[in-house]
Amino acid sequence: MGKRVLITGLGTFWGGRVAQALEADPAVDVIVGLDRVEPTVRLERTEYVRTDESYSILSRIVKAARIDTIVHTFLVVDSTQMRSRTIHEINVIGTMNLFAAASAPDSTVRNVVVKSSTLVYGADPRDPTWFTESSRRSAVPKSTVERSLLEVESYVRDFSVDNPHVSVAVMRFANVLGPDISTPLAKALQLPLVPSVFGFDPRFQFVHETDVVRAILFALENELQGAFNVAGDGLLPWSEVAAICGKRTIPMPFVGMGLASRPLARLGVELPTELLDLLKHGRGVDNRRFRDAGFEYRFTSAGTVADFVRSLRVRRLVARDEASYRYERDVEQFFRHSPAVQHDD
Amino acid sequence: MPDEPTPRRTASRRDRHTATRPAHQPLDPEVAVSSSTDLVPVAKPEPEPEPLDDPRRGDVDEWGRSERMREIARSIYGPVYRAWHRVEWEGIERIPREGGALLVSNHAGAIPSDAPSIMHGIETEIGRPVYGLADEMFKRLPVLGTMWSRVGGVLAHPDNAYRLLREQQQLALVFPEGTKGTGKPYGERYQLRRFGRGGFVQIAMRAGVPIVPIAVVGAEEAMPIIWKIPQLSKVLGLPYVPITANMLAFAGLGPLGAVLDLPSKIKIRVLEPVTFDVEPDLPRYSRSRIMDESEAIRTRIQEALLDMLRTRESVWFG
Repeated sequence: MGKRVLITGLGTFWGGRVAQALEADPAVDVIVGLDRVEPTVRLERTEYVRTDESYSILSRIVKAARIDTIVHTFLVVDSTQMRSRTIHEINVIGTMNLFAAASAPDSTVRNVVVKSSTLVYGADPRDPTWFTESSRRSAVPKSTVERSLLEVESYVRDFSVDNPHVSVAVMRFANVLGPDISTPLAKALQLPLVPSVFGFDPRFQFVHETDVVRAILFALENELQGAFNVAGDGLLPWSEVAAICGKRTIPMPFVGMGLASRPLARLGVELPTELLDLLKHGRGVDNRRFRDAGFEYRFTSAGTVADFVRSLRVRRLVARDEASYRYERDVEQFFRHSPAVQHDD
Repeated sequence: MPDEPTPRRTASRRDRHTATRPAHQPLDPEVAVSSSTDLVPVAKPEPEPEPLDDPRRGDVDEWGRSERMREIARSIYGPVYRAWHRVEWEGIERIPREGGALLVSNHAGAIPSDAPSIMHGIETEIGRPVYGLADEMFKRLPVLGTMWSRVGGVLAHPDNAYRLLREQQQLALVFPEGTKGTGKPYGERYQLRRFGRGGFVQIAMRAGVPIVPIAVVGAEEAMPIIWKIPQLSKVLGLPYVPITANMLAFAGLGPLGAVLDLPSKIKIRVLEPVTFDVEPDLPRYSRSRIMDESEAIRTRIQEALLDMLRTRESVWFG
């Protein structure tokens, strides 16, 4: 019997990517994807279920579909996407419901992978150069997204302790760049002049979007247990990141940064508190634990930036087919469930 | 996965590159002359994991140091070291030539000149880089904080020290007195402050490296603190805001006078290294042992300072 996988946040970039990759895996029998919004990528056999933001129907799905594997990709790490109340609702309440469903007495869940972020470490002058998975953050979290992620991780820990028969992996991803994903940092790097903070040139670490999807699949396949930092090798100064992008930096004053970054929002680049901290102090995470578990990265930090730049050059010329895809329930239902459709397997 | 072509393409390009490399690198001139080298069957080099493409532009390493910046800093500080402070070493051969070691020294002067003297001296005379472990205050300061880390400063965090000493086997320099040493008034010169909470001993034990105590004479007089303005330091968030003798002596130079050292003679004595007969990598070590060792090292540095002061005839000429 193959795996029966539940993906949260199917409509997000990561949920869609992971679902696509799992569809290609014959060892996976069933893929159910939950989200508030419709999937944005073409999917062959993934079942999409619409839910509210806090997943109140989750326990019914887990039970009905006999889910044994949960991929929790629906954690908001980019606080520019939505209001802080929504972030709290999705991250904290959603995760709470997810684990409530997974820890029901007759639960069939045996493997959980949570996509978290290195935001849980914060960015502070008191930080060590490299955070390991067991390092504690130096500063009290200021932003909702960081607070919510810390709460999420505490739920994960509780669940992991209460359910020793379930392998739970928490993947803490560094800042992601890549050909397809759009993040505030990616937008900042596309400006004619890259914003920086005067007098500070912190070290950044990046992970490539391909490595993120591969890392989630790797954790699933190997049923990893515990927390893992996922980040490309090497730390590079922000000025060098800009240089690889062929840009110069434009310094913002180091006092009143919130005010100074406001005009950037007009250009479509919003820099929330946690990113302003990062632009001042940077963050490095030790990626050796995940590497020792057997994962092989395809990109270093600098390589990730370089690949991002290469893709930018092409992005202007090629229209992407993902963007043109629209989920239509009736059509998808037909292709998946109509006896008229011949599946060649 | 839809994204796979990109890495595969770069990998194959690299393969081609390495495959042609032997033909382009004739080690033996005679072989280079013969044109048929390409046809000679050459034993295939062992397939080792391809290093990932890492297109770095700058030379700033993981600690934030840049060899280019350090080169510049050395050329600026060299004359100060040689002509201004005329730094003199005693027992520099006690600094290990290889392996990690924690250098522990006394700390003095409003803007301490002991740190650059020790770092510059060891780097030029022994040729080993020294990582100066410093207070978080440095990382809060714009410009200065960045410059400090470019020339070799690292935040004094136990994880950083462990990584430097244990994993990278480097020399790290620490001043356990911290700002309590540099912020003390001139009247209390050469009276060592508390050596923190002995954290430096614990780190050396965990990392399994020796501690090399160092006594520095002359830094106290390079920038003596006459007066402190606690109200201002509270507002600015700095450990102390001093009025130094330098500000008065070089009043004509304006702001430069505040950072210019007095030309005191600096003498540095390296003491016998201390090794701990404990197993490294333990999560905890005996608190009493740590405090005893810390106090013993402090006493040795204090005694060495008094001994050096006894023979010192002049602050300026040694």
